[in-house]
Amino acid sequence: MSSIYKKEPTDYTIIQERNKSIAKNTANNIVSITCDSDSVAGTVSQRACVYCGARVVLNPITDAYHIVHGPIGCASYTWDIRGSLSSHSEIYRNSFSTDIQEKDVIFGGEKKLEAAIAEIIEKNRVNPPKLIFVYATCIIGVIGDDIEAVCKRAEEQYGIRVIPVKSPGFAGNKKDGYKAACNSLMTLMKQSKNLQKVKGINFLGDFNLAGEMWLINNYFREIGIQVVSTFTGDACYDNLIKAPSASLNIVQCAGSMTYLAKQMQKQFEIPFIKISFFGVEDTSESLLKIARHIGDEALIKRAEKFILGIKEKTEKELLYYRKRLHNRRAAIYVGGGFKAISLIKQFNDLGMKIVIVGTQTGKAEDYEEIYKLADEGTMILDDSNPYELEKFIKETGADILVGGVKERPLAYKLGLAFCDHNHERKHPLAGYEGAINFAKEIDESINSPIWSFIKEIDSETEGIEDDVRDIFQEVYNEKIVKLMKV
Amino acid sequence: MEKNYVNLDVNPCKMCMPMGMATVLKGIKNCMTILHGSQGCSTYIRRHMATHYNEPIDIASSSLTEEGTVYGGENNLKTALLNVIKLYSPEVIGIGTTCLAETIGEDIDRIIKEVKDIEPYNKVRMITASTAGYKGTQFEGYHVAMRSIIQQLADNPVKNKKLNILVPHLTPADIRYIKEVLNDFNADYTLFPDFSETLDSGYSKEYKRIPEGGTDAKDIANMGGAKASIQLGVTVPHELSAGHYLLERFRVPLFQIPVPIGVKNTDRFIKLLSQLTGNPIPVKYKKARARALDAMIDSHKYNAQGKATLFGEPELVYSLASLCIENGIKPEVLAIGGKNVLFKKLLAPLVVKEGYNPLFLSEADFETIQQQTIIRNSNILIGSSDGKWIEEREGIPLIRVGFPVHDRIGAQRRLNVCYEGTLRLLDEITNCLIEHKHDGYRKEMYESFYKKQVCSQ
Repeated sequence: MSSIYKKEPTDYTIIQERNKSIAKNTANNIVSITCDSDSVAGTVSQRACVYCGARVVLNPITDAYHIVHGPIGCASYTWDIRGSLSSHSEIYRNSFSTDIQEKDVIFGGEKKLEAAIAEIIEKNRVNPPKLIFVYATCIIGVIGDDIEAVCKRAEEQYGIRVIPVKSPGFAGNKKDGYKAACNSLMTLMKQSKNLQKVKGINFLGDFNLAGEMWLINNYFREIGIQVVSTFTGDACYDNLIKAPSASLNIVQCAGSMTYLAKQMQKQFEIPFIKISFFGVEDTSESLLKIARHIGDEALIKRAEKFILGIKEKTEKELLYYRKRLHNRRAAIYVGGGFKAISLIKQFNDLGMKIVIVGTQTGKAEDYEEIYKLADEGTMILDDSNPYELEKFIKETGADILVGGVKERPLAYKLGLAFCDHNHERKHPLAGYEGAINFAKEIDESINSPIWSFIKEIDSETEGIEDDVRDIFQEVYNEKIVKLMKV
Repeated sequence: MEKNYVNLDVNPCKMCMPMGMATVLKGIKNCMTILHGSQGCSTYIRRHMATHYNEPIDIASSSLTEEGTVYGGENNLKTALLNVIKLYSPEVIGIGTTCLAETIGEDIDRIIKEVKDIEPYNKVRMITASTAGYKGTQFEGYHVAMRSIIQQLADNPVKNKKLNILVPHLTPADIRYIKEVLNDFNADYTLFPDFSETLDSGYSKEYKRIPEGGTDAKDIANMGGAKASIQLGVTVPHELSAGHYLLERFRVPLFQIPVPIGVKNTDRFIKLLSQLTGNPIPVKYKKARARALDAMIDSHKYNAQGKATLFGEPELVYSLASLCIENGIKPEVLAIGGKNVLFKKLLAPLVVKEGYNPLFLSEADFETIQQQTIIRNSNILIGSSDGKWIEEREGIPLIRVGFPVHDRIGAQRRLNVCYEGTLRLLDEITNCLIEHKHDGYRKEMYESFYKKQVCSQ
């Protein structure tokens, strides 16, 4: 399949305030883009809110009670929708909401929150909670509930950690939610800041979607890298509080976790490096980088040996897909810069062309990297929307879009292949196994027989084939002629 | 009965009011939606609807930030209106409020009044509804939106021959079928809200940012002059009912009947149409009814094994319960996520008459529904895909019906109404019960009765 769109300009006009967040990559890479700003009202931004940012970062902590202090919607739309897996507790898959009502809005919700925490303690005496997060939503920010005070009192009363997450939806964008979550994690870890350092790493910014954290941890185990704590994929209270003892932080999802890494560097003296386990190239480089940071010659050797073996095996499998995907055009619209950058590399590795790269919350430094990596002429978009995606998909003749849940139906309606690179995925896309899954998913969508129907649709016949009889007649012709003779 | 946790909703069986508003607005022709609030509200609702309908769901937000929250969101809303007009060229823009907008006291009606005659705002018809998330569930949001929109648009009281068909949250396939029935009766009607095409559109070469279909605002304008209104929805309280508004304001006779799921409920609908149109019942439906009865006889012993937990919006649970009762499927737990007085009041006599004694749960969460399902020993769950939690934990199969269905494809094209839909749904339930029995009976019999003995030859 190649795109049904002919790389022609459209007459779609861009909202003026949005122009500064859109750029075409040029040879000398001097373009700049406005990012990290508020969404423009009425443009149908694909971003969510501050609360969403906080929720996605903390949600995978498996044995925590996540109380959403607010009206029911905020809890309902985020209940157990993500693919973070757990090896032990499943408490995190429940949704706890104070379900704020009109009278609470008028009289305040502190009492209800207090009672809610008390109920959790009371009802779980057999298996007492160790950790509770309390998320503040828009309304809590407006009515002014002092959730910090409530949490503090609860900690004193019950002797467990009850941590506020300051995430009213309107107080910034999704990225501010990441920060709020990181601050809550810092609050949690402070209690163990003086732990003796060990030779091991914390893995920041992997959410164990479809077991990706487990998969990468297997590599570490084979090479001999010890993992102290994970943020926040398959995390639990007992491991999280050990994190200050690590000697290195590795940061994958930079958008959400760089802030935490910096805080941990400042307060616990743990240096950090940025890594990525998406794609063969990044995975291999990252493993080596970690080995060099913490290991001796022997560890580095083991890493090199491990990479050599697994890379060869993976490359062999990828060969098949490279042939089938060569020169196809890919559009990327994802949440953060780190993922976009990894995807560009992966598409390049598969011999595909990048025509659009966009993110919801990328930072200036991410976009600089994107300019460097992306082909000339690539459209670069920050905080884009369905209108712009439609325009640029048509104008660039993209064959496939990579994105999240909301982008999928748009791609399909435009007659485009799609790759689900979201937090709901049910198969791993990280590591070597993930690189193969990724290529396979791209191939399965881009080379599906369905697109031949789409291309044939002609406005007059609505695509209904009218030469069916001819085809059959051709096949049966000989027989029919014979019969006629008799 | 109360839920297990008093101060917490654990695993919600409800959503918020703006969700209902957004759904209704999808049923208006060439209409775009703006939610006045923070960016998350519209994005979450878009995501929730997109996975259920598998359609692009474009809902704009006024993207309120800290500044808008402190100093008022008027400018944000005006910008949002301008940008939506530029990008989507709608005829109608529906604006719903959110928790945030309501709490900071935004007066959207005043804002709209101020700009409605100014270029380019005057190009569109703006309609509003007050839908604070904490004031009710998606059910209330849906009906508040319907009523508010009719209040604003129905301004022509001149008598006409049309019927008003007011539909609750059904599937697009259901609405398409109801329209087919109306056409078969040669009825002249205005059905509202009609999201039968907008939320389940076909592939076309030319992508439409606002999908085709929906009730024309011009037709809504004439609803006050209609011959009668049929409101499919008996659990809709008077003060939220669009049908009651049209009755009180324009004296349009109102027939409030249940959603036509189940033979009895469908009979009511078909007979009413025959009466109101003066046309006989088409043979097609007599045949469909006969087939439904035939199937019910075929299935009745399997159905007698069924012990069901039903959950969701009151109107749907009411009609699903009727379906269960008329087929001998025992209703064990009847749960709704919101508050609704009419639900129990109307349903209790029905179940009692048939000798059942189900547990009614109002303002229920899934934590409570799960526990009561175990106590009551239900063997089938009927409701939205949010019941997957109980299915996964307790191994009780779930028949996915209602909103949302996130983990299966095709919820938007499932037919549940009238004889044909009833039969489709019933077959699904019956087959599930058969599968359950067939899967387990060998082991069960072996374990119950088999005693090791020597074969006598």
